[in-house]
Amino acid sequence: MTVDHDQVVAYIPNLRRYARALVNDAEAADDLVQDTLERAVRKFALWRPGNLRAWLFSIMHNVFVNQLKSRKIRFDEELDENLPAYIPSVTNDDVADLQRAIMQLSPGQREVVLLIALEDLTYNDVAKMLGIPVGTVMSRLSRGRERLRELLDGEPSRSPLKVVR
Amino acid sequence: MNERRDQEITALIKRAYDPIMVEPLPARLMLRPVSWLPYARAAATFAIGIALGLAAYPLLFRVAPNAATAGAAGFPMRAARAHAVYVTEVRHPVEVDASQQEHLVAWLSKRLGTSLRVPILAEEGYSLLGGRLLPGPDGAVAQFMYQDSSGARLTLYVSHRANVESPTAFRFAQEGKVSVFYWIDRDFGYALSGDVDRPALARVANVVYRQLEP
Repeated sequence: MTVDHDQVVAYIPNLRRYARALVNDAEAADDLVQDTLERAVRKFALWRPGNLRAWLFSIMHNVFVNQLKSRKIRFDEELDENLPAYIPSVTNDDVADLQRAIMQLSPGQREVVLLIALEDLTYNDVAKMLGIPVGTVMSRLSRGRERLRELLDGEPSRSPLKVVR
Repeated sequence: MNERRDQEITALIKRAYDPIMVEPLPARLMLRPVSWLPYARAAATFAIGIALGLAAYPLLFRVAPNAATAGAAGFPMRAARAHAVYVTEVRHPVEVDASQQEHLVAWLSKRLGTSLRVPILAEEGYSLLGGRLLPGPDGAVAQFMYQDSSGARLTLYVSHRANVESPTAFRFAQEGKVSVFYWIDRDFGYALSGDVDRPALARVANVVYRQLEP
């Protein structure tokens, strides 16, 4: 069984959009997409006809997790203390604030928030893609969204400026 | 309160990143996966197709022109994607709105090189919001957007010289939450997309089909 190229190609824009939001650097995002496609091609003997998009996104998740591991970033920790000062890639203030806030979520929260926002997936879909229980999806989503609200709306409970260590 | 804000933030995320969906793909993403294929001939054909595609149309949904399923799979998918990208637009859902319908139709007709007709879907509860011009693999594509009283939107994607097989058959496709009915009528491809259920969409698609019949 081979993956239909056209079908894979058709999902590249979705993968790029998600990757850009996830790592927020155009080059790094396309690296992530490229690694995902390479792995997909190597593994496509394992693919069974079904949801190709879900399969591609789950591969991207694994590639992303491996990248984080190689940089020794803990997946479930909030990252505001570990991140280098983050420079948004756009000039629009609202979008820059949003990007900055998204990057301050833990990678686990970021994945769930972004998959649901960008790909219109159900909790079940996301759970399957990320290989985690649905309950975990829901708790990451709710914590991630809460954190985004705090960061964007400037609630004083936690300082968004805690960047330097 | 929080839920509403969450929805706003979700919409903001989509708006911020949706433009990436219509960016031209960097060549490395188009060519590399293919080069590992064990099927060298297919790879070469595909790569040439992509190269030509990149040269001719800096577009995203380029598919190998001679792959048997290319047109058939690509057409509804492009329609669904265009639907998904623009239907969430609050401020700029269309380029030209329905108040300038005459201009809209004249403009899109000129760009598609034909005389377009815009179906009237008032009986189905949808009014025309307007339309926009989009790139397609065979040139310009028109997208008309309709909205009902609840704000639900449908888009009609019209492509001249659509590269779709099995002419005139009504076909159904699903892309995420977006349902698409598409069909070919002579050298036009039509795709009606909506986040509505299949029977409802089929009903509207039938109306569109009947109205566009010469």
